[in-house]
Amino acid sequence: MGKTFQKPEALADTITHYCPGCTHGVAHRLVAEVIDELDIRGRTVGIAPVGCAVLMYNYFTFDFQEAAHGRAPAMATGIKRVRPDLVVFTYQGDGDLASIGMGEIVHAANRGEKFTVIFINNAVYGMTGGQMAPTTMPDQRTTTSPFGRKILDTGMPIKMSEMLAALQTPAYITRQTLLNPKYINKAKKAIKKAFTYQIENTCFSFVELVSTCPTNWGMTPLDAIKWAEEKMLPYYSLGVFKRPEEEESATSSSSAKNG
Amino acid sequence: MQNEIQFAGFGGQGIMLMGQIMAQAAMDQGYEVVWIPSYGPEMRGGTAYCTVVISDRPIGSPIIRNPKHLVAMNRPSLEKFAPAVKSGGIIFINSSIISIDAGRDDVDVLKVPIIEIAKELGNVKAANIVALAAFVSRSQVVDFERLRESVKVKFASKEKLIPLNMKALEEGQKAAMAT
Amino acid sequence: MGKVLMKGNEAIGEAAIRAGCLNYFAYPITPQSEVAEYLSRRLPEAGGVFLQGESEVAVSYMIFGAAACGERVFTTSSSPGISLMSEGISYITAAQCPAVFVNIMRGGPGLGGILPSQADYMQSVKGGGHGDYKLLVMAPASVQEAVEMMMGAFALAEKYRNPVMILGDGLIGQMMEPVEFPDSLKAEPTNKDDWATNGMATRNRKRRNLVKTLYLDPEELNSHNLMLKAKYEQMEREEVRYEAYNVDGDYRVLIVSYGTMSRVCRTAIDNLKEQGFEVGMIRPQTVFPFPKTAIYAAVDRQSCRAVLCVEMSMGQMVEDVERSVSGRRPVHWYGKCGGEVPTPEEVMEEVRKIVK
Repeated sequence: MGKTFQKPEALADTITHYCPGCTHGVAHRLVAEVIDELDIRGRTVGIAPVGCAVLMYNYFTFDFQEAAHGRAPAMATGIKRVRPDLVVFTYQGDGDLASIGMGEIVHAANRGEKFTVIFINNAVYGMTGGQMAPTTMPDQRTTTSPFGRKILDTGMPIKMSEMLAALQTPAYITRQTLLNPKYINKAKKAIKKAFTYQIENTCFSFVELVSTCPTNWGMTPLDAIKWAEEKMLPYYSLGVFKRPEEEESATSSSSAKNG
Repeated sequence: MQNEIQFAGFGGQGIMLMGQIMAQAAMDQGYEVVWIPSYGPEMRGGTAYCTVVISDRPIGSPIIRNPKHLVAMNRPSLEKFAPAVKSGGIIFINSSIISIDAGRDDVDVLKVPIIEIAKELGNVKAANIVALAAFVSRSQVVDFERLRESVKVKFASKEKLIPLNMKALEEGQKAAMAT
Repeated sequence: MGKVLMKGNEAIGEAAIRAGCLNYFAYPITPQSEVAEYLSRRLPEAGGVFLQGESEVAVSYMIFGAAACGERVFTTSSSPGISLMSEGISYITAAQCPAVFVNIMRGGPGLGGILPSQADYMQSVKGGGHGDYKLLVMAPASVQEAVEMMMGAFALAEKYRNPVMILGDGLIGQMMEPVEFPDSLKAEPTNKDDWATNGMATRNRKRRNLVKTLYLDPEELNSHNLMLKAKYEQMEREEVRYEAYNVDGDYRVLIVSYGTMSRVCRTAIDNLKEQGFEVGMIRPQTVFPFPKTAIYAAVDRQSCRAVLCVEMSMGQMVEDVERSVSGRRPVHWYGKCGGEVPTPEEVMEEVRKIVK
């Protein structure tokens, strides 16, 4: 019987600092597997965010840069413009990407920068201790919304994928999740597709991953998955929001299509 | 020996270009030279001015409060800048649209109806070149021949306009000599 | 190639290309937008990269990303824009990446004005962003000097793996002067494989490179900062540049002034000399490292009774001059900070006043 489990070459042989039940480890592994399968480790540069994944470069075996909070898309732009032959991805959380880094992500997407974004949406700021994020659900309690997020005060959670898909520049934009093995397989396919679009110099590619944060949600890992399925997935619908092949027109629908 | 020339008028009269053509001519003649614009909101239609400093040694202060000469292309700039001109300098007046005097008796005043002259040449836009030619022919701050070459350099990308501007130079020179 | 008449902003852009830097990211702001306008035409023709970013904040990180993968890169801005870039500059310095920043200063604080100013001295020389870091800062007094400093900046940035800043007042950007681009100042390519994230395959190595600024371990962060400090001390030993003017005679006052302001002072010194009043000048060409030894030596002259610091700011350089003078002569300040450049006559009057 052959080997049934093997650590991807792109993944370092070490233990992560992530909490039990956190989905960062799964997302890391999917990225590493895709990099192995596409055989691009030698020309890949990752960009770590500020957030729980700030130390993610310790878990990978290729070149990495560490960004300031929210600025990863600008750094990725800098790299791709001067070295279009490198494969570049940013890995960003919801505070990083949807709050402080909103300007950078929107303009990078709109310019059609040829890099890949892995966007971890777990509805909360993780590293700083569970504060409210732009993606926090209505009535969700966080350390800065102790009575639940009040939409009259703080608006509705931002749907990043839909928002970026509304831009008229061709792109690949999809929302997936890591809540069970079936979803995880689909998420990996999406990540691989995103990197492939980049390698073929086709378009900007963006994979949002609905994730869990049991620690800051104050739940067991299993309850966290249940909560995400019940509360997040109905709002953050899964699917592909934009494909580069699609004809662009001012009237194009931004609703999700299954895929 | 240092010469300072201030060019002033409305935005759109080609003030900056006049200064640049003169600066180019001075550089080609081997002088040290600085061209300084007024910049900012006033560049949009208001009063525009630039200063050219020409010297036979390295130029210290590029900021000149009292220039030796003034080329005034409209009335507000004559009123504003004429009092600052050094005694013994030249004040050029665009007499097509300036009806007043320089108000100075210690300077050489040169009045030329540049707009009428340019109209006769067939293009009112050449008025600034007429003015430049008249001023240079009176002041001799650069050789006239250098000025001619410098105009050709500046209009190299709009070659069609070179014959017109060559004529403008001649007419400006004639007008200065006639007064 | 002979001399060409060029506006400072355009000459700075051209100087970068001639030095061997073909990557430029920027955001428009008066009074330096001509750099971007010029390079948006010139760089594509030279086979380089031009990109107008969405903000100065983003631009500073485009610079970071490009510099971190080992490519030569630069940007230009003016005071409020440099404030926004200061976040990125702090990171780039911490990450030890070479890059060149140009600040064509305008008046502040806030929106201030768009006329010439030197009011970003503290910001440039003392840090500007957060943390213990310094930039190597050069201050040109003419368009030609701006060209030469710009061309030399890339090699210095690479020598120290630290950003270099060209600090010009608005006039340096706006005025036209004859310039030459000396071929001898072209920056030689340097090998960055030891640290740059240029892809493992690019450098044919198995070891990956990491560009980071986070050091959670206090001892590690302390030694990182000590290492940065050692670089700044090396700059103070090796990179100080200044010009001494009229210091051979028995000058009664020593002026310290830089940039366009120093040219006004030079005319004032020439005029005073004709009147039999001797004044010397030290003009810092690098404002960090600061020519403190030269100033210390210059005030030693028996005839020298006072020092006058002349700048287009409310006296931001005075404390560096006082530090250099070490209390041995009184240090005075003269300047304006609204956009109007002091005239030679005003400087002359001030000189006479302080030794009355």
